[in-house]
Amino acid sequence: MRILVNGVWRETAFAELAATLEELGYGGRVVATAVNGEFVAAEARRRTALAEGDRLEVLAPMQGG
Amino acid sequence: MLEVYGTPLRSRLLLGSARYPSPAVLSAAVRAARADVVTVSLRRESGGERAGQAFWSLIRGLDVRVLPNTAGCHSVKEAVTTAHMAREVFGTPWVKLEVIGDADTLQPDVFGLLDAARILCAEGFEVFPYTTEDLVVAERLLDAGCRVLMPWGAPIGSGRGLNNLYGLTALRGRFPGVPLIVDAGLGVPSHAAQALELGFDAVLVNTAVAQATDPVAMAGAFALAVEAGYAARRAGPIEARDFAVPSTPVVGQAFRG
Repeated sequence: MRILVNGVWRETAFAELAATLEELGYGGRVVATAVNGEFVAAEARRRTALAEGDRLEVLAPMQGG
Repeated sequence: MLEVYGTPLRSRLLLGSARYPSPAVLSAAVRAARADVVTVSLRRESGGERAGQAFWSLIRGLDVRVLPNTAGCHSVKEAVTTAHMAREVFGTPWVKLEVIGDADTLQPDVFGLLDAARILCAEGFEVFPYTTEDLVVAERLLDAGCRVLMPWGAPIGSGRGLNNLYGLTALRGRFPGVPLIVDAGLGVPSHAAQALELGFDAVLVNTAVAQATDPVAMAGAFALAVEAGYAARRAGPIEARDFAVPSTPVVGQAFRG
């Protein structure tokens, strides 16, 4: 399945968001997620299914003013 | 003591965490500023990167309260989604709400700001709106549920100081009971002192400290300026006049009459 991860097309194996995050190397990391512009809480990742062409944002803490 | 959303703040200098030469300098600057609120943000990170985790560990070690921003958001939707993501990651209802309307000046889009503020306040966020000195916008933001306002001094990172003294003074006068924090555009400590002298409750500084030749020394200088400005405000500054007024008594002066 192809999904857009942080603006880059990626081939992924799973439909479940939580599994996809593991696959992409985010396991155990402090990140926040949004799918197609909608926030998905950490506790909802196991019951959130991704579909072909979905836009996934994975954001991490960063310096800010 | 200054209180925002029921939280007392010991320091009237809030510090941004971006653009420092190194994490060590950032830590030292936060200590030198004696800041107890530090702004943070969220950015895209790939699966292989660890910068965000390292940064978050560093901030948690500083014993400060974090104020996540929605920097870079140009729409209500982006800002609201980013606020939700920040609340989860940083574990705080505080959000410095930025909806940018102009790419060159980074001027707030006050219409989008107000829409986003209404949504987030209704959802229980404690919103710190990055706004202009516009009185009507300020009134609307307060109506929306904001309990603090962050008017700009000048465009972000410009270092120009208080660009519209008349407008900022009017804003202070109009909302005497509302915490007002000047955010953005300050360049040197005297700008911060001036803001406090005018009665603003605090200032938020980032670039002026982070990009100084010696950020740690500059953080200390801003801390002193904020203290001086606040002390001066409480001491009751005189009004400016157009003509001279002798300071030495004229009564009994020799060689006259």
